[in-house]
Amino acid sequence: MTTSADLDGFRAEVSDWVQTNFPSALNGFDLGADSPSEKGVSGEFRAWRQALADKGWGTPTWPKEYGGAGLSDPEAKVIRREIAKAGAFNPIPPMTGMGVTMVGPTILEYGTDEQKAKHLPGIASGEVRWCLGLSEPNAGSDLASLSTKAVDEGDAFILNGQKIWTSGAHISQWCGAVVRTDPKAKKRDGISFVMLPMDQKGVETRLIKLISGASPFCETFFNDARADKKDLLGDLNDGWSVVKRLLQHERQSQTSAPAAVKIDQEPLQEQAKRYVGTLQDGTLADPDLRLRIVGNLMDAEAHKLTVSRITAEAKGQVKVSAAASILKNSMTRVAQTKAELTLEMMGNQGIGWEGEQFSDEELRSVRDWLMGKAMSIYGGSAEIQNNIISKNILGLPETTQQG
Amino acid sequence: MAALTEEQTLIKDQATSWASAEAPVSKFRAMRNEGAEVGFAELTWSAMVEMGWTGILVPEEYGGSDLGYLTFGLVLEELGKQLAASPLFASAYVGATALLLAGNDTQKSSHLPRIVDGTEIVTLAVDEGPRHAPARTACVAKAAGDKYVLSGTKTLVLEGMSATHFIVVARSAGSVGDAQGLSLFIVRADVAGLSRRPMKTIDSRGYAELSFNGVEVSDADLMGPAGQAGEVLDEVLDRARAGIGAEMLGVGSQAFAMTLDYLKTRKQFGAVIGSFQALGHRAAELFAAMELARSCGEAALQEIDAQSNSVAKACSLSKAKVGDFLHTMSNQLIQIHGGIGMTDEFDAGLYLKRARVLETLYGNQAFHRDRYARLLGF
Ligand SMILES: Cc1cc2nc3c(=O)[nH]c(=O)nc-3n(C[C@H](O)[C@H](O)[C@H](O)COP(=O)(O)OP(=O)(O)OC[C@H]3O[C@@H](n4cnc5c(N)ncnc54)[C@H](O)[C@@H]3O)c2cc1C
Repeated sequence: MTTSADLDGFRAEVSDWVQTNFPSALNGFDLGADSPSEKGVSGEFRAWRQALADKGWGTPTWPKEYGGAGLSDPEAKVIRREIAKAGAFNPIPPMTGMGVTMVGPTILEYGTDEQKAKHLPGIASGEVRWCLGLSEPNAGSDLASLSTKAVDEGDAFILNGQKIWTSGAHISQWCGAVVRTDPKAKKRDGISFVMLPMDQKGVETRLIKLISGASPFCETFFNDARADKKDLLGDLNDGWSVVKRLLQHERQSQTSAPAAVKIDQEPLQEQAKRYVGTLQDGTLADPDLRLRIVGNLMDAEAHKLTVSRITAEAKGQVKVSAAASILKNSMTRVAQTKAELTLEMMGNQGIGWEGEQFSDEELRSVRDWLMGKAMSIYGGSAEIQNNIISKNILGLPETTQQG
Repeated sequence: MAALTEEQTLIKDQATSWASAEAPVSKFRAMRNEGAEVGFAELTWSAMVEMGWTGILVPEEYGGSDLGYLTFGLVLEELGKQLAASPLFASAYVGATALLLAGNDTQKSSHLPRIVDGTEIVTLAVDEGPRHAPARTACVAKAAGDKYVLSGTKTLVLEGMSATHFIVVARSAGSVGDAQGLSLFIVRADVAGLSRRPMKTIDSRGYAELSFNGVEVSDADLMGPAGQAGEVLDEVLDRARAGIGAEMLGVGSQAFAMTLDYLKTRKQFGAVIGSFQALGHRAAELFAAMELARSCGEAALQEIDAQSNSVAKACSLSKAKVGDFLHTMSNQLIQIHGGIGMTDEFDAGLYLKRARVLETLYGNQAFHRDRYARLLGF
């Protein structure tokens, strides 16, 4: 148990360390939008990643032997806060795709010692990027209806089938995929979770462009792709329990403010004053917008308080649970509403696609607004979270949903 | 659907079949992919001129058919369903309206026939800042003998790159924020001192930013008395709002139709997703909201045609209610389509982007709720 005095000491230590190690060349670097090479800061970027990795602070709660720092949740929070306070950032989670947030924690729970030693250090240091091959054209919310087949061939499984919406597949080195290993078993009983390298002949990716103009996700085709048997995560045909856990981790990772929210970001109400103007008494000139902005701020506060309360009740060790569904949906609502309000507040300036008539901030708001529509779809859609709440928290029966 | 006359039914049917056969959303997509600076396909536009849609508001003496606003609204709605892009609304609807309400005989007879035959594209240049706020006009018209000199900027001018003429809202008296002191001028796009730049927006339609650098216009270009255009401008804008409302009904009803279709065909958990009560109820609520929005949208056009004295209220009601519906509907269009809805290749994103621009144009829902309250006296 860490006491608050311990934490204060730790806070000072972290703060010092960040001040000393965060390269000043990276000040103002926007992890979501900038590229280190384009900004000419590749060296500094690499050094900073390595410094964090050496401390194990990219994944502070992971065991030391696998590249973490073996710290508690409150300590990890201190690190997060101090990094943000210094205007720095932790590049390791985004650099690993689904590695830090989803695959890593699942390997920690289900992996063999051999698998942990093989896969975790590369994730913890930010060097290996992972994608997830869960969805298929006919298996979205109903993930278990997947049909990609894996056939036992001695040392390996041979995979055939198609995955879709695989974020980052084109730039990932590894993929965690759910495959059907027993076609005769009931839907959820014949699935396994395998890990396979992307750099092989049997794996092909094709980019899909999003409404925001970016192409972060792919169609991924397996044509006799190989997954080493040693990389079967969990038991054969028990992939469903692995995936359920993985999805809880996904939800969990989507319950707190996205990394994109920067500490120095101008509050919505201040931005609104610039675009909309104020009345003589200092209130926003658009009273309707004003009330909706304040409603969003209150929702954000309520969300934050709920995260803290759940954390406190769980004594600092939040277990992934059905509560994550509540938080995922409330986080999504806050973020999507904020994006809509930002756009609305910017008015004519909030509908730009490109060109110098629109500021970088305005253009980024538009892209964020479009990209943000996905938050209520991926990681289990808002509707699926509500189904989970009604079934798992409230104990209501499933009615229309079979399978 | 409003009770239509035989003629209106005919035009609506013509618009429906023409739009789906000749200007389907795939054509809009192709135009967008080519990055056409004017934001529409020339052939689409000339076909509209040929069908006589450019004359719907224009009296017969100027070469039009004088069929009224509801009729024009029917066409705009059908075009909205396919996101068909053209200067029809900006010129034959808003431009023609401005000439009809504020122009003198000479101005009408010189421009209206050319709007009808498509040789002129006349568009309104009103907003200057991020928000729709005519009273905040800062573009100045300085009187100098029998001339005026215009200086200032305009933003997000509809079809501004293809326009041959702009109807420019400028200030001849008062200061920014003052509803009085505004004048309207009709200005040739190629006049010395006027420059324009394309603006690239999410809906891939044609907009321009204008800059007036000591542009000289004559007395003859002034529409109505100097400094007194505030009221008539409001009337023009209200008609524009009702027209936008009609297009919004089209965009929204198409979004609804696409969503309903998906609810009936997409299967998950061994059932069509529309059988999940959560989605069935949502569809029912969207449908009800669409019916309410349609009543408001059509009523605004009908009140304009009837020259009733509550046009302003009806138009603000329309813009707010249709806007609310389209806002929710366009979000649900994406949400209910799941991952597919997020892809550029599927059309949902095009409807979402057009929806937000239409919401913004000529005052968003908040603007019109506020205005409605004012009109009710509180
Ligand atoms: C940006 C983005 C990134 C993604 N990244 C990945 C990735 O890296 N790897 C991966 O495998 N997948 C990824 N996905 C896929 C994502 O997980 C799926 O899109 C999601 O599971 C929904 O599936 P679907 O798109 O097939 O929609 P569907 O399941 O067809 O759902 C359509 C609609 O029906 C609703 N619905 C479905 N079932 C029910 C029900 N029982 N009750 C009520 N409503 C229901 C849904 O909520 C939705 O609104 C990503 C998706 C997006 C948008």
